[in-house]
Amino acid sequence: MKKRTSININFLPVLVIVILLIIWQLVSYFQIVPTFMLPSPINVVKAFIADFPLLMSNAGVTLLEAFWGLLLGVIGGVLIAVIMDLFEPLYKAIYPLLVISQTVPAVAIAPLLILWFGYGMLPKIVLITITTFFPVAVEMLTGFRATDRDLLHLMKTMGATKWKLYYYVKFPNSLNHFFSSLKISVSYAIVSAVISEWVGGFSGLGVYMTRVMKAYAYDKMFAVIFLISAMSLLLIWLVTLIQHKVMPWEAVKK
Amino acid sequence: MPLLQTNYISKSYSDHQVLSDINIHLDQGELVSILGISGIGKTTLFNIIAGLLSPESGQVILKDQPITNTTGQISYMLQKDLLLPYRTIMGNVILPALMQDISKKEAEAKAAPLFKLFGLQHTEKLYPQALSGGMRQRAALLRTYMFNKEVALLDEPFSALDEITKHQVHSWYLNLMKKINLSTLLITHDVEEAILLSDRIYLLTGTPATITQEISIDAGLKKQPDFELSTAFLNYKRKILSLL
Repeated sequence: MKKRTSININFLPVLVIVILLIIWQLVSYFQIVPTFMLPSPINVVKAFIADFPLLMSNAGVTLLEAFWGLLLGVIGGVLIAVIMDLFEPLYKAIYPLLVISQTVPAVAIAPLLILWFGYGMLPKIVLITITTFFPVAVEMLTGFRATDRDLLHLMKTMGATKWKLYYYVKFPNSLNHFFSSLKISVSYAIVSAVISEWVGGFSGLGVYMTRVMKAYAYDKMFAVIFLISAMSLLLIWLVTLIQHKVMPWEAVKK
Repeated sequence: MPLLQTNYISKSYSDHQVLSDINIHLDQGELVSILGISGIGKTTLFNIIAGLLSPESGQVILKDQPITNTTGQISYMLQKDLLLPYRTIMGNVILPALMQDISKKEAEAKAAPLFKLFGLQHTEKLYPQALSGGMRQRAALLRTYMFNKEVALLDEPFSALDEITKHQVHSWYLNLMKKINLSTLLITHDVEEAILLSDRIYLLTGTPATITQEISIDAGLKKQPDFELSTAFLNYKRKILSLL
């Protein structure tokens, strides 16, 4: 009985999506909204297939930018977290600035970065680094600070050095925090890449988007939106997969 | 010469004095309890002995050497087993050795034969979450033993266990101590546990806390079957309760 309920629940979102697609197709078919403004799902799929090689080459560029930006953001975030954890005055000095820095929208600084670093990959990577490092830094710091004090005491009585405390206790204890921040950061990375490509660039999904928008090719526009969304989902899924691989003890029932 | 002793240890937190002139000692092979009500400062005293806290005055001496403010000299175990959920039981048990820069292989070779002695056969590759409370506590004790120190400080190690498990672990621990020649300083607020396990009991009372009494438990009486149901046991209990 129980198993059957869970199958039904898993099936529900799929059902909703199918119903939405049917409604969308009907709205488009009966011209309730003009086709040039809202292309039908079938037309979007056709556009996706027709432009597939172009979409893929642009997606490659976007992914590459996202990868480098994310890598630097994660490294930077972890480093900042360790430094703030080690030195209390620095924590007090930097933390409020970090929070304030997050009120500056990525869209607003993207043009500035283009002015400074040109139309190549560099400004994109810089923007992605800026947006992705914050969740990692904050979550890692939370993880470090949430470490059981008694546990740290115990390790000290064993003669643990500062670095051994990080290696054996603080980092593994923060892995859950790390992966939840990474899931946020991968989606930030893709979004930031696309935003900075809008502002200026030679290739990438953002550039493709501005081109098809100017050509009023709404079917291609929808195709690329779905592609970006699918890429983010895929990356989040990939992070979850890595998390399960890296943290096998999580599967052990308490 | 006692194995471990404290000389006139005092400690204050801001203006509030917690401990005043604590003098205790522990001889080789002894189990000595420090008995006091919750919040009296027992854990503060332990943290000072373990080197985690600085006393305001006084000294901790291990085998004639002052070890005040030095960690890594005495093994230490708390009420919480503090097993790392992301390491297997073997991975947890060898931690003290890893902290001393002993290689993983060497540490595992040293720990492997001890699993049976601690009643932990076939748990080497399991994660702590898969073990019962009693087993986890034994694993924590094995880890404490792997510190390779002659003195173990145990801070209410059995208080989270249910009565029956606690009873089993008590007699098991006394047996084990004899086998591996361990000397133990035990913190507890459980009067019966203190009488059952200890050779001597220090009573910690007052504000600031001082050692007001030292009670020796007759070794001959302790060996008798059903000691905990005897009149002698009740007399000890009555005496301690009246003094606390």
